[in-house]
Amino acid sequence: MNTILDIKDLRVEYRNRAIGQTTKLAVNGLNLSVQPGEVFGFLGPNGAGKTTTMNVLLGFVNATSGSASLFGVDVREPIARQRIGYLPELTYYYKFLTAEELLRFYAKVFGIPRAETEKRIDELIKLVELEPARKRPIKSYSKGMQQRVGLAQALINNPDLLILDEPTSGLDPIGRMKVREIIQRLKNDGKTVFFSSHELGEVETVCDRVAILHQGELKVEGRVDDLMQKYKANLEQIFLRIIGYQPVAVS
Amino acid sequence: MNTIFALAQVVIKELYRRKDFYVLFILTVLITLLMASASIFHDDKIVRYLKDICLLLIWISALVMAVGTAARQIPAERENRTIFPLLAKPVSRAQVIAGKFLGCWLASGMALVVFYLFLGLVCASREHEWHVFIYLQALWLQWVFLAVIIALVLFGSVIFAAPSSNATISIVVVISIWFLGSHLNTVALQQAEPMRSIIYTIYFLIPHLEWYDIRDLVVHNRPLVSGTICGLATLYGAAYTGVFLFATWLCFRRKPLN
Repeated sequence: MNTILDIKDLRVEYRNRAIGQTTKLAVNGLNLSVQPGEVFGFLGPNGAGKTTTMNVLLGFVNATSGSASLFGVDVREPIARQRIGYLPELTYYYKFLTAEELLRFYAKVFGIPRAETEKRIDELIKLVELEPARKRPIKSYSKGMQQRVGLAQALINNPDLLILDEPTSGLDPIGRMKVREIIQRLKNDGKTVFFSSHELGEVETVCDRVAILHQGELKVEGRVDDLMQKYKANLEQIFLRIIGYQPVAVS
Repeated sequence: MNTIFALAQVVIKELYRRKDFYVLFILTVLITLLMASASIFHDDKIVRYLKDICLLLIWISALVMAVGTAARQIPAERENRTIFPLLAKPVSRAQVIAGKFLGCWLASGMALVVFYLFLGLVCASREHEWHVFIYLQALWLQWVFLAVIIALVLFGSVIFAAPSSNATISIVVVISIWFLGSHLNTVALQQAEPMRSIIYTIYFLIPHLEWYDIRDLVVHNRPLVSGTICGLATLYGAAYTGVFLFATWLCFRRKPLN
């Protein structure tokens, strides 16, 4: 089976520009691989190195050492991103464009033919339930609507791998449910999903495998069922144990 | 090329959905028409003053628009984080730079066409004749001038993070080059070594933007600049544009975005 996402001995250091300051180690010796059709949960507390790893996978940040590849292509090559969809944690889109224009722009970037683009836009707008607002500028959308536009743009190229950075952060329960349904639908369609989240209940429901990162290092990796059996605990308890969380007694 | 054109289209859409162009155009129209309504010195050739003022306003407006638009492109993409979903697509950083440049340049060109049409209408209403070719040549040379400026400002935008500081520094640099650049050789002659060589080096390194300003020829209805000179000026401008865009790419290609 061909590995979709492969990370080998990844190390990322950030240089601190202040005089006398040392470099900050964000990720250290990370090894990870994701197989086709898997839903992979990438977990860790804030500052664990999840976003940095995603930034390396998407070519935003260069690795200090080690390597990362998507579909066997080095992530530094733009072509590695031809078959992926990416949903950032917060909505970062051109607010003066309408949802339709935004999707048309990204379709052009992927080189999707015009007739197919229009069909795809109709499908996606329907999927994310934005039909009444499709011709309104994004700046007039609520946060939930902007997140749904984000999801639509991530799916414009019918990607084989979807990278989602905390896709349900800031969404109301209905929005979260909708995103979970879409992830489930993608999984049923045989797509690979790699996502980070702090919603461990959600991760437990939809993920096949998870990895827990702490202070830039991989602490645990495995199938959700196997981990729960091994630790005899649910994912949240495993997570807290791995990161060494000690509950403070409240008097 | 599809990606570059798609990026350029977004820049153009942004320009016509913002108010900058409309404000500058309306100001130019109002000031020019106000001047046209006054009879200064009872001069029969008042149209020359009118042309002079209108062209000055066109140059200022075009410069402000080009610098303002180009200065905010990459910093605003980073500040609003729109660069992330964009670069998560199969888009290289070179394509981002090329698309941004093309968008700014085409948008400036479209704005120039509107401005020069207005100039032509105002002058034709007074002179009762159309000097189409000299207007076209002035427009073309100004557009080449703007290509150099936009590339220079894009280069600045990968060095200075804030659009406002980049725009201010770029305006100061452009105006200094435009108005002082042509005098540097004279200044160099009056200096002792090694200052003379340094100033001469600067004189030959900077783009001579003053060559693109043919307002006097338009104002006084002088003959066209020869096609060869116009072509050479275009090549000279294209070379500097290429150098600035290449420098922009060199600075931007490995820049961490986080």
